[in-house]
Amino acid sequence: MTAPALDTSRVIAPRLTPARISVPWLVAGIAFVALWLAGPERLPALFTYPKDWLIPAARWIGDFMKWLVNEASFGLFTFTQLTRFIAAIIDLPYRFALSLISTGFLSGQGSGAVQIVPPLPWIAVIAIVVLLGLYAGGRRLAILVGVCFGFLAVFGQWNSAMVTLASILVAVPIGVVGGLLLGIAAYRWERFERALTPVLDLMQTIPVFAYLVPILFLFGFGPTAAVVATLIYAMPPMTRITTLALKGVPSEILDLGRMIGCTRRQMTWRIMVPSARDSLMVGVNQVIMLSLNMVIIASMIGAGGLGFDVLAALRRLDIGAGLEAGLAIVALAVALDRLSQAYAIKAGESAHAAEAGFVARHGYLVGALAFVMITAIIGLVVPAVQSYPDALKLSTGTFFNEVVRWINVNFFDTFEAVKNALLLNVLVPFKRFLAELPWAGVVALLAFAGWRLGGWRLALTTGALSFLIAATGQWDKATVTVYLCGISVVFAALIGIPVGVLAAERDRLWRWVQAVIDTLQTLPSFVYLMPAVMLFRVGDFTAMIAVVAYAIAPAIRYTVLGLRRVDPNLIEAGRAMGCTRWQILTKIKLKLALPEIMLGLNQTIMFALSMLVITALVGTRDLGQEVYIALTKADTGRGLVAGLAVAFIAIIADRLIAAGAARTKKRLGLV
Amino acid sequence: MLGTFRFARSACAALALSATVALPALAQESTDPIKLTLHDWTGQLITTELMGEVLKKAGYNVEYVQADYLAQFAGLESGDLHVAMEMWETTGRDAMDASTATGKTEVFGPTGMKAKEEWWYPEYMKAKCPGLPNWEALKDPACAEAFSTAETAPKGRYLGGPVTWGGYDDERVVSLDLPFEVIHAGTDAALFAELESAYQREAPILLWIYAPHWAPAKYKGEWVEFPEYTKECYTDPAWGSNTSELYDCGKPFGEIWKVGWAGVKDKWPGAYSAIKAFTIDNDAMGQMITKVDLEGQTVSAVVQEWMGANEATWSKWIGK
Repeated sequence: MTAPALDTSRVIAPRLTPARISVPWLVAGIAFVALWLAGPERLPALFTYPKDWLIPAARWIGDFMKWLVNEASFGLFTFTQLTRFIAAIIDLPYRFALSLISTGFLSGQGSGAVQIVPPLPWIAVIAIVVLLGLYAGGRRLAILVGVCFGFLAVFGQWNSAMVTLASILVAVPIGVVGGLLLGIAAYRWERFERALTPVLDLMQTIPVFAYLVPILFLFGFGPTAAVVATLIYAMPPMTRITTLALKGVPSEILDLGRMIGCTRRQMTWRIMVPSARDSLMVGVNQVIMLSLNMVIIASMIGAGGLGFDVLAALRRLDIGAGLEAGLAIVALAVALDRLSQAYAIKAGESAHAAEAGFVARHGYLVGALAFVMITAIIGLVVPAVQSYPDALKLSTGTFFNEVVRWINVNFFDTFEAVKNALLLNVLVPFKRFLAELPWAGVVALLAFAGWRLGGWRLALTTGALSFLIAATGQWDKATVTVYLCGISVVFAALIGIPVGVLAAERDRLWRWVQAVIDTLQTLPSFVYLMPAVMLFRVGDFTAMIAVVAYAIAPAIRYTVLGLRRVDPNLIEAGRAMGCTRWQILTKIKLKLALPEIMLGLNQTIMFALSMLVITALVGTRDLGQEVYIALTKADTGRGLVAGLAVAFIAIIADRLIAAGAARTKKRLGLV
Repeated sequence: MLGTFRFARSACAALALSATVALPALAQESTDPIKLTLHDWTGQLITTELMGEVLKKAGYNVEYVQADYLAQFAGLESGDLHVAMEMWETTGRDAMDASTATGKTEVFGPTGMKAKEEWWYPEYMKAKCPGLPNWEALKDPACAEAFSTAETAPKGRYLGGPVTWGGYDDERVVSLDLPFEVIHAGTDAALFAELESAYQREAPILLWIYAPHWAPAKYKGEWVEFPEYTKECYTDPAWGSNTSELYDCGKPFGEIWKVGWAGVKDKWPGAYSAIKAFTIDNDAMGQMITKVDLEGQTVSAVVQEWMGANEATWSKWIGK
């Protein structure tokens, strides 16, 4: 690490000029500190939001929801009847999927039902996914999905997994088609896009628990309501990606479409959607992953399946059983994810060689059908073909409980010491610091930051949203939220970015890291939350661990993405000038990857916020807890107000970071 | 549109009925399935399956639906779900009252089980705090220190239930002047995770435990004996050792209620009276929970065993 070549790097990547002191920032900073030092005794109204000025938003929203559920009417039918009708429509494909792979086709309901046709044998389901894998991605993929589904059977998770799979099979197509249509609409009409964007933000950031109760009233209790809740959460990325992808269709293709005289409809469906296919598949992938994220919550409202097994196992502290059910969710996620990715690649290829693919597909289809028929018939005689024999099931039994016990008995004191040091020196002081800030000063500072980074429009957004948090009486809980998420994001970035840097250049390491973060993202956090409680007790520290474990994935992913996108010519140039590896990394790669890394940070914050409700389960006192309490009291208004406060925090963070990233990009000359 | 759907559904049910054999006694009652909710703790699974199996014996069509303990009220009010077998006085009272106030749900009476909820400590803590189980032992600073952690020292640490359970422990600590800090667990899974952890290490712990549950059967320990609960203690500050504060006593024994959709009465009158008649006591339930959670039997097997041994009891519920 010698320094001679230090200055040459400036030619390649302009400096970020952090040293220049901006006068407006200085003034704003001094004003803020002055207010803060004035103290709550002199200016009480600016430190604690006055009770008399509170907006009774909880009551308004609660009343509106009551009206919507009980009275709202379109004349001929009520709003509830409309939603119930929608639920009935969603229920049809769900019942079909469930019958096909789990319960078999039944006549009658409940315990009086009689099975007419048995469900697909487990062997047939595995054969279908293996053939899908073989078709889409070749032998390696076939083996992977085979192993994933085999895991479900061998570890006795088959029945629950099929229940979960049935709801995924319904939610994903609806989410994809719905997201696609909304995305196309947003692409066509700019005004619609402008109206849609904030709605999508809210859909993604309001914790599901906040709107669970009205959904249950409107759509009925059961798997359908779970599918609807899943859709609300999982559809926005598809919509966003669709609009983005359509905007990115090369103009030559559009010109071609115009030249051959396409109508508007043909233009959309024959030209634009097919050519944006690759990006659209990324959206499909996101819908699948997010749907699987909802499995636990869906199980709370009657969807059953693997999520229910996880919850039930951990309530009796059976860590092994919880982990097995949790890993079954991961196996499903991995299989579906890899299949959809392989299809994305395949779709891109077969666009060039469509005819050759068709015959092959035909062959696979026939093969699959034949296999299903044969196994179904054999299954009628041989039970082991129909359902996996109990005698061959494996279980980890008490192994994991023993592991946790061993760690607990031998290392608890060490953990406790580390935890206490962090808690007393970092977490608690930071929490106190945030709690003592004057709300009015923070609102003003956020508005100011918005103005500097993105102009008056952004200033209005950040200022108004943060004011609303205070005005609805959520300020104290919001500071706890910011504290918990903030500190978790810092840790996630401190761990994630270096890991990303290491993994970006080493393919083999990256593959392992990918497996780990995929697991962390899809394994229900409840599975590692309870062992964490055993080792670290309930409280903020355990909550932080859970949030970091979940939110670290985007920090790593986007760092790798950004570093890999750096133009190799620039690196070559740096090397030619005699930069050391360290200099290439810090002066060239990291700087050029900064926009992506900031995007990753943005996503890390979003992920952290979406974990809030889970952290409420280990006793934090933040907005997540407020949402959870509201759910237990069936107080829709209270829950939605707290949920909106979470969404506002997310939106403020998102807009500020996006504006900052855009400015950085401009300064680096990347746009 | 909705009407058509409903009609189609009941038509299906009618077809199904003609295929099976309905008991003549129930001819006037609906053959739609009675939906009972399953939650995520063993005791409730047992209670529900017990009720469901008894209803099946009476010829009713029964369906079990997995549902969240509190979110289920939305389903019970709309008639999507019908019966919830365990609604605990302490943890579910608010939601239950809010729901019954709408008139769409009703309480089907007590289950006969009484929820015992109190501060609890493992037996090995008696050595460090010899005055226990008498609550006054907790006032001793040395005793509080024995229960402390770095965050709470020199005060003791008491792990309370989730905030949503209520229980007035923060108030109790003040009114009884106990040198303890109340930390709330977020869920009961977290509560027992901490107990398991401490018990493995024989480390100090004082926490909220309730019964019927597998924990008192698995871990050796005792409940702290507070001044016995009376109504006045919670309503009249003058009552008890602290004359200016409420809650200077232990927690009440709470009923565990059965609750459900108000339409059950008209749709399945026979089932309605059977559900109302259902009772079971803490001991019987505790034994069954232990068999499932600690001895590894399945819920169904335990329920069948109980039904085999207690036919006289349950046949009275269905009026035979």
